[in-house]
Formats: sequence, C-alpha cells, structure tokens
Amino acid sequence: MKYFFRILISALLIILAWQALVTFADLPHFILPSPFKVVDTLWELRELIASHALVTAIEILLGLLIGTVLGGLTAIWLARSKIARYLVKPVLVLTQALPVFALAPLFTLWLGYGMESKILVAVLIIYFPVASAFFDGLMQTPKGWLDLGKVMGAAPRQLQWRIQIPAALPSFASGLRLAAVYAPIGAIIGEWVGASEGLGYLMLLANGRAKIDLMFAALLVLAVMTLLLHYAVGKFCDVLVKKYKQ
Amino acid sequence: MSTSVGIHIKGSASIAGKQLFEPLNMHIKAGQWSCLLGPSGVGKSTLLYLLSDLASHVNFDGTIVADDGLPLAGRISYMAQTDLLMPWLSILDNTLIGQRLRGDKPDIDKAEKLLAGLGLSEHSKHHPSQLSGGQRQRVALARTLMEEKEIVLLDEPFSALDARTRADMQELSAQWLEGKTVLHVTHDPAEAARLGEQIFLLSESGLRQMEVPTGAIVRPVDDPDTLACQGQLLKILREVDS
Repeated sequence: MKYFFRILISALLIILAWQALVTFADLPHFILPSPFKVVDTLWELRELIASHALVTAIEILLGLLIGTVLGGLTAIWLARSKIARYLVKPVLVLTQALPVFALAPLFTLWLGYGMESKILVAVLIIYFPVASAFFDGLMQTPKGWLDLGKVMGAAPRQLQWRIQIPAALPSFASGLRLAAVYAPIGAIIGEWVGASEGLGYLMLLANGRAKIDLMFAALLVLAVMTLLLHYAVGKFCDVLVKKYKQ
Repeated sequence: MSTSVGIHIKGSASIAGKQLFEPLNMHIKAGQWSCLLGPSGVGKSTLLYLLSDLASHVNFDGTIVADDGLPLAGRISYMAQTDLLMPWLSILDNTLIGQRLRGDKPDIDKAEKLLAGLGLSEHSKHHPSQLSGGQRQRVALARTLMEEKEIVLLDEPFSALDARTRADMQELSAQWLEGKTVLHVTHDPAEAARLGEQIFLLSESGLRQMEVPTGAIVRPVDDPDTLACQGQLLKILREVDS
C-alpha cells in the first residue's frame, strides 16, 4: 500500500510539473499536450488503445516467460556440463556483443509483422541476464553444503535439484528483476521496427499524424503496464529471496 | 544399528607440494570419542576431509584403512562448525535431507522421533531462521544421527556456541553418539578434556597422543582431573604454537 502511495505522490508531482510547463511555456498541443488533454484522449480512444495494449502485454508476458525459462534451463545446463561451459559460454557472451535491436529488422523479415518477431526480441534481451545471473548463483553454492551432500552420498542430480538450484534462486531473482525491466523495451523495439499492432506501433502511427495526445496516452498506458509488471515480479522475487537466502 | 569400526591413518599430506604435517601414525579406536587438538592451519580439518574423501586438493601419501579392511565410503557422517541447514527447508526436511539426496524414501517417523528426543518436536515445521544457534546445532546433530553411520566426524561443531549451550551440546552429543567412532576436531582444550577418550595433538612436528583424564565421558565441567588435563593441554598447545 505504501508503495502505491509513493507512486501516486510521484505521479501527481510529475503531472503538476507537466501542466505547469504547458501553461507557463505556452507550448502548442502538438508539441506537448496538457495532461488533461491526454486523459481525455485516453478515455475517448480507450477501446483502440486497449486493443493495442493487449497485444503489447501478451508480447511482454510471453517474452518474459519464454526468455526466463530458456535462460534458466541454459544456466542449469551450463552448471551441469563442463563441455557446455567450455563450448557454449563464450558464444553466449559473444552474442551480447550484438545489440539485439540491430537484429530486430531481421526478425521482422523472417517472422513477419505479427507478434512472433516482437516476442523473439524480448526473449533475446531477457535470456542473457537471467542465464548469466542464475548461472553465477549455481556456481557459487556454499562449499559446506556440497561437501555435506557428498558425504551423505548424494546422487549428482539430487545434489543439483535439492541444493544447488534452491541455493541459486536468489541470484535467479536478480536476473528476473532485470528481465522485467528489459521485457517491455524488447517488445516496443520490435514494434517500432515493423508491426501492425501494439502500443509501440500506435505511438509511431500517432507521431506520424501529429496526434501527440494519442502518443502520450499510449505512453501512459505502457508506463502503467511496466510499473505493474515491476511490482508483480518484484514481489515474486522478494518471496524467493526471503525463502532461499542464506 | 551398525557396529563401530576403528580407523588407521598412516602417512603425510601436502598441498601444492607444501607438506602440512610430519608423517603421522594415528589409530582412532572403534566406538570411542577421539579428540584432535592443534593450532590453526596445521591440517586438522584436512584430516577430516581426507577421511571423508573430500580432499581432492590434498596430496596424501599413505594409507587410510578401516580396521575391518572395508572401504570407508558410505560409513561416515559429518558435522561442521556451521550447522549447514538449508534455509528453505523445514527442520523436519533438513533432518531428512540425507535420505532425499540419496533418492531413498524418507523415514519421517524416525526423524520425528529423533527430533523429539533432542527436544525439537515443536520446531519440526519451523525453518532454521526461527531457531537459536544452539537449537540449530541440535538439528544438525539430528541430521547426523539420522544417517546412522558408524563413523562420525565433527569439525569444531560447538565452537560458535556460547559456553552454556556448548556444554549442553557436548553432553547431548556424547549421549547420542555413544558407541560410534567419533573423530572430533577442536581447538578447545576444555572440550577435549571433557570428551576425549583419546586425545591427539597435531602440530607441524607431527602427532602426539596425550594422556586422558580418568572417568567416563562426558566428564563433569568441574572435575579436578579434567581441569588439570585441560590446563596441561593448553600449556602444550601454547608451546607448540609458539
């Protein structure tokens, strides 16, 4: 509750400053529309904005889900296999040298203007922080626990499943927190490069037609969606960390 | 229940070419509580690692054999200075971790009985963070007992506890580990004097077997003979340390 209250206060301050800027700088509405105009447009075009928001939300959530699962599985695989570490890890780091944004046009070419190319951008952005943070955690299991497990005659698979993975969940959580920040960026970039739906598409469209109030309305919805995602993922991560932290 | 077995360690250990201690010849008697004292860094814990086959970084030149000639693997349980409880598991599940790690069916009845015997019944559903240091070490003892191994290695398990809890834990452990072959690494002469049925002192110059106070263990904290032994051990420990 306190969290929402703080956000509310910050939002009010921003809106006040925004309105002050519009009033005192006498900005034309096609440069910076007033907050009231934006809310007005938001309400008026709610159905249009909602349908685009739904597309973006699905892209973000699917991207987050697939990227997290793939990143998590990769980390477990790397932790389990020395050969994989030797061969695959350098490739992983190398792929990070390529900005995923630069690949977005290619994905649109290959996968078309639908959701798939956006989800892929989000997946690729999310994949690395999750895999990297979780892998680091998996490789840092406290030695005492591993020793105890070995003396107890643990099967390697059980050792990983019952000690290594749970002990690395707080690290996984830090990767996931980052992923929640990156996921919307990925989806929006994907939409900017080429799309027929989504908030990013709507913003470009509105911008092109000088409908800046619509652009701001879409931006507002995106901000709320992103905040909600941060909040939900953050809560989930808090639970993970609280339970599994040594 | 398993019968107990003695262990004979003969040889010397080195890490990266640097010798840890002079060649030693140590016989840990079956079913007795043996204490291993010595200055820090002399390789007391390394000896435990060697016994439990965890010392991959140590080069041991010699032999470690059980008196019955059978391999040691699978006959050892181990208790460390920290309780090594998993924070995400309940006390009951921590007690059962060995069976789960081996993929055996967990014997919940037995674990609950052990926890009850150690006065931990009311905590079985709690998590380690809800327990005091002494209670956590009692859970570690329950986990060790759950393993039902003939040989128990203790690596300063009571050193982080306050004096009163430490004395309680010494008594509880001696009572529950009776009849097992125990090798207890400690830096505390008082602990060795109370618990040792054999007392060894390891220093760079090698291993010495010390005289043991009269009386069965656990010896009373104020027993004159025990106190004298404690003083004597401390004196020798300071000499070898300097």
